Amino acid sequence: MAVVDHKTFDTNDADKEGVSEPSRTGVYWAVGLILVILPAFTGEFILSDIVSRILVMGMIALSLMFLAGYGGMVSLAQLTIAGVAAYMTAVFGTSAITEISIGLTWWIAVPIAIIIAMIFGTMVGALSVRTEGIYTIMITLAISAAFFFLANQNYDIFNGFSGINQVLPPVFVGVNWGNTIPFYYLCLFLAAVSYALVLYVSRSPFGLALQGIRDNPRRMAALGFNVTAHRIAAYTFASLVAGVGGVLMVWMNTAISPGAVSIAVVIDVLVMAVVGGLGHPVGAFLGAAVFIILETFALDVLETLGLPGERFQLLIGIGFLVIIFWSDDGLLGLWRKWRERSAKRDPLLGDLEGDGK
Amino acid sequence: MTDIASRLSGAGTNALELRGMSRYFGALAALSDITLTVKPGERRAVLGSNGAGKTTLFNCITGDFLPTTGSIRLFGEDVTTFPAHERIRRGLRRTYQISLLFGGLSVFDNIYLACAGVSRGRFSMLRPRKNDALVAAAEDLIVTVNLAEHRETLVNVLSYGQQRQLEIALALAGAPRFILFDEPAAGLSPTERSDLITILTSLPEHIGYIIIEHDMDVALRVSESVTMMHNGRIFKEGLPQEIEEDPEVQELYLGGGHG
Ligand SMILES: Nc1ncnc2c1ncn2[C@@H]1O[C@H](COP(=O)(O)OP(=O)(O)OP(=O)(O)O)[C@@H](O)[C@H]1O
Ligand SMILES: [Mg+2]
Repeated sequence: MAVVDHKTFDTNDADKEGVSEPSRTGVYWAVGLILVILPAFTGEFILSDIVSRILVMGMIALSLMFLAGYGGMVSLAQLTIAGVAAYMTAVFGTSAITEISIGLTWWIAVPIAIIIAMIFGTMVGALSVRTEGIYTIMITLAISAAFFFLANQNYDIFNGFSGINQVLPPVFVGVNWGNTIPFYYLCLFLAAVSYALVLYVSRSPFGLALQGIRDNPRRMAALGFNVTAHRIAAYTFASLVAGVGGVLMVWMNTAISPGAVSIAVVIDVLVMAVVGGLGHPVGAFLGAAVFIILETFALDVLETLGLPGERFQLLIGIGFLVIIFWSDDGLLGLWRKWRERSAKRDPLLGDLEGDGK
Repeated sequence: MTDIASRLSGAGTNALELRGMSRYFGALAALSDITLTVKPGERRAVLGSNGAGKTTLFNCITGDFLPTTGSIRLFGEDVTTFPAHERIRRGLRRTYQISLLFGGLSVFDNIYLACAGVSRGRFSMLRPRKNDALVAAAEDLIVTVNLAEHRETLVNVLSYGQQRQLEIALALAGAPRFILFDEPAAGLSPTERSDLITILTSLPEHIGYIIIEHDMDVALRVSESVTMMHNGRIFKEGLPQEIEEDPEVQELYLGGGHG
């Protein structure tokens, strides 16, 4: 897949995209600080319906980004893997559907849910890693569709069309994590950990090899790598991220139903990842942010302008088309383009050709 | 007899043993009925005109694809149906005629990957520390192939000759026992060529190899036996002088359109 441009992934090169190390650290601190103090400035709605959702969907998109960006495997099963974790949290934990929920305490139910999601994700990987490109997309899409229909029609575990409700976040160390602000911090913490973990693993021997396999599987086999096993392991790791996202997803909505794992949402996650950019983990969260903000406000904007509100999907579509059209890697690609161009124009930065970059 | 016993029978006798190996591409027999034995530590040159099947021979030995018929034994073990990585982990290495490198990674990362591939560290999700054994191995190797000063250079921007050197470095990672070099000297400058000869001749004695080489002079300097291929078949085998003086070989080489 040529979606991602190839950069070095060595552990010790400081300056990759023209962003020097101090300014990058500065950006991290600034964004981190804003996110941490955000609850002081924003209301309930922004925090729970926008920012927390961005973080949760961003984690699921991140799991796709890891596979697609580093592994060249576009898996449409990542939302479904999150969905498995969500359903299993409801099944092993507590809910309003007492005939289904086993009622284990959250710190047992959640690890079980995540492990089942990882096993499921590993099986998805085992089924799909021998395929390439469009066939990977088709096989994972088929798995997602099958899971949707299963959840919709099975009443013994999934409670069919209406799903399972009253799946509440726990009360722990005296905090009700279901309240808006604690839940926001929980999402922020787990999203930050996932982000850092993906970035870290991408530069570990495992991640480096995954990128080698993306670019040149034949050579990697000739270097002693088991390409198939490596790809499957990448699915297992990505399923961990998706699984944690899935647990947050069921807590965020306090329910899980087939609608949350429908093909429409599967495509939403793909759009988030691609629009954000597959070249770097931050793209997943950028994409989720743009998607959710547009989805939330496009309708209002259109109506304010006196246009028919039900066309908001069209507006979203056009927005994405523009980004994809102008950039080879979503918003990240636009950002890189913009930096290159402004660097060229800026006389203070000196001549670009001569500085050895 | 158990499967394992049959696989291991005759262990240690030969580095490589091909029996009746053929490979068809549709109706084209790129290799037919190849039977070839290479002793441990032996250095063999394979000569032959374009399309003789030399690269196909390598592809079958490494497991890039399976032979249509015949069997392959590596250090006595039947590896005919083994995937490539299993053969590599048994000490087989290869270079590619057309460099197959990781252009977006630095020279060091390329070599590091090669070292990781044949170690248990390949699945490690922990970043290497300063005193990591793989890093140390990669540092050594980069010196061996004279690329130390280009450690951080992206492979895309290396010169052709340097890329060929890196190709060789990747094949020397870990503990190679038997290496397949596919035209390593092609396109190199005279200096690079003599560097290559130095690298090959100073390999530890127990490491055997097969080298495909169009240039007779290079081939004869780095090998102790020669196999001539023609139209997918082995056409002559012998000592370098015998092959060089063989009238049929001379006719093929001079008259076969291969100046
Ligand atoms: N993957 C393939 N699919 C179809 N035909 C192939 C394939 N690989 C090789 N061939 C054919 O097999 C024959 C032998 O090719 P091979 O590359 O082994 O020759 P070679 O001896 O390495 O030649 P050269 O000196 O040009 O490298 C050629 O006719 C080639 O076209
Ligand atoms: Mg060839």
